[in-house]
Amino acid sequence: MNNDITQYFRKEMFPHIWCPGCGIGIVLGAILREINSIGWEKDEIVMISGIGCSSRITGYVDFNTMNTTHGRALPFATGIKMANPDLKVIAVMGDGDCAAIGGNHFIHSARRNIDITAIIINNMIYGMTGGQYSPLTPTGRYGTTAPYGNIDQSFDLSALAASAGASYVARSNIFDVNQCTRFIKKALLKKGFSVVEIISDCPISFGRINQLRTPVQMLEWIKSISVPQKTWEKLSEDEKEGKIPTGEFLDLNIPEYTERYKEISMGVQQGRKEK
Amino acid sequence: MMYKNKTVKILQGNEACVEGAILAGVRFFAGYPITPASEIAEGMAIKLPELGGVFMQMEDEIASMAAVIGASLTGTKAMTASSGPGICLKQENIGFAAICEVPCVIVNAQRGGPSTGLPTKPSQGDVMQARWGTHGDHPMIALAPSDVNEVFHVTIKAINFSEKYRTPVMLLLDEVISHMREKVNVPTREDIEIINRKQPTVTKEEFLPYKADQDLVPPMANFGSGYRYHVTGLIHNEKGYPTSNNKEIDQLIRRLTDKVELNKKDIILEENFLLDDAKIAIVAYGSVARAAERTVKIAREKGIKVGLLKLITLWPFSDVTIKKLAEQVDLIVVPEMNLGQISREVQRAAEGKCRVISYGRVDGELINPMEILAKVEEESKL
Repeated sequence: MNNDITQYFRKEMFPHIWCPGCGIGIVLGAILREINSIGWEKDEIVMISGIGCSSRITGYVDFNTMNTTHGRALPFATGIKMANPDLKVIAVMGDGDCAAIGGNHFIHSARRNIDITAIIINNMIYGMTGGQYSPLTPTGRYGTTAPYGNIDQSFDLSALAASAGASYVARSNIFDVNQCTRFIKKALLKKGFSVVEIISDCPISFGRINQLRTPVQMLEWIKSISVPQKTWEKLSEDEKEGKIPTGEFLDLNIPEYTERYKEISMGVQQGRKEK
Repeated sequence: MMYKNKTVKILQGNEACVEGAILAGVRFFAGYPITPASEIAEGMAIKLPELGGVFMQMEDEIASMAAVIGASLTGTKAMTASSGPGICLKQENIGFAAICEVPCVIVNAQRGGPSTGLPTKPSQGDVMQARWGTHGDHPMIALAPSDVNEVFHVTIKAINFSEKYRTPVMLLLDEVISHMREKVNVPTREDIEIINRKQPTVTKEEFLPYKADQDLVPPMANFGSGYRYHVTGLIHNEKGYPTSNNKEIDQLIRRLTDKVELNKKDIILEENFLLDDAKIAIVAYGSVARAAERTVKIAREKGIKVGLLKLITLWPFSDVTIKKLAEQVDLIVVPEMNLGQISREVQRAAEGKCRVISYGRVDGELINPMEILAKVEEESKL
């Protein structure tokens, strides 16, 4: 087997637009390695994104790809998956994209439990537009639109996905690439709505305004705030402050939407024939 | 219409829309509940599963439009339906469909606006929104049937145009047309023309997803067919990749507009009624055109030489016909359930060659034949 992930690149699209030190490449590498190890054909994969830095991923990979409108990757993905359930559908989103403008689509995709893998690259900021705070910017951190500190509470996106009805929910970060890769593989193979939230860095738009100016500083900070789920459960409320639990939160085998639809549709067609 | 085999049905406008769409090959519908369009979703929810198609009620109007575009990219004919408030929300992705050239049909059962407006009363207040609702220069085809039988046939036309020109098509109904019940001549599949999008004829290696043929429309590959390509709402080149090259930008935007504007002869549907010797013309569309036809009959009985130009295609606009008409008649009256949206287009196209008078009504009531007649008589005396 050819393990070279550059076979999945549209090389003529390079150089890419991402800044030096950006974590998106780490996530993209992890996704491609796992697509390779599963052995899916390029023709059967549809990769869909919304708007933002992370959403540019779809331009660089040689699948059926779509760079859609802000926050809307999941409903586009839903239309594709429902019209052709044989396709492997992956949505890549950023935190602003998925949790703010696309929040409703995210909840309802989880509620339907449709067989789509949602990968959220959470760099806690609107990077492409220059560092405005997102729903995942930690309280007290800074953004260009939170110059005196962010007073919003940040979302727990994984908890949201789990409570909304997803089949598989996990959170990792770009520092722990092996874990990140492992979760992505499970999500890709899961029949149902699967979510992997990956804490990523943005040295330019988040780091500069939050005293984490270099990629190394950012990675060290991400490592320091990430706590494995089992450890997290033992922490006091005070100790949890500023930390983020990582790990697998949910792994269920529950009825999937395209299959349920097919069942209903076949039933109706059968009934019609009998009439 | 002469069909070898037909079934006569009594249908509501929204039901006729469903029947027409399904006959034309629509197999995917995504929508969101809204008055007065909901019967279209309800009809699709019953019929599509029977045919192995997909009906989805999405979380909102934005998602419905997105799902329709996604489905269409797999090669499935797809449609959505809504009314003013919902159409506002769909605009974002209507623009995406326009720039990415994804065939789809959007039905707007018009109600009074702005905002929540008049949910259960008819209006024609969205005709300009249909043309320019989404931002940026973009093509638009919009069709407005005037009775239930026409809803059925024009729905098929709308789907055919969207496939032929790879562009979103707006089907403009109004609350009265949507809910009225009338006789519809339903033909068989063999008796109607069905158009499917062009598929690529080149090899996968040679395929350029946005390289247009001479008709300015690029062939369209289905996702999953092996022709892998990129679809982006960013301005893109023939390869489908984002570009900031000013020549490529200009080329795309002009081609998108031209593929509709240069094919006006094919797209424009209009009907004349007693116009040959007319000195006064009524230009009308949608349910108002029916009232106007009656006006013409009554006026003729009174000896007034009035005729009707019924517009079925509103966008692209009938500039050439209107100009010729303006050279023939002394007066054009444009009755419509808005404050002159199409009247201003008629005025522009008439190029000052005759008087153009707007008769607008925005109180949620239909325009009746007698009030159009009164307007014609009043203006013709001036």
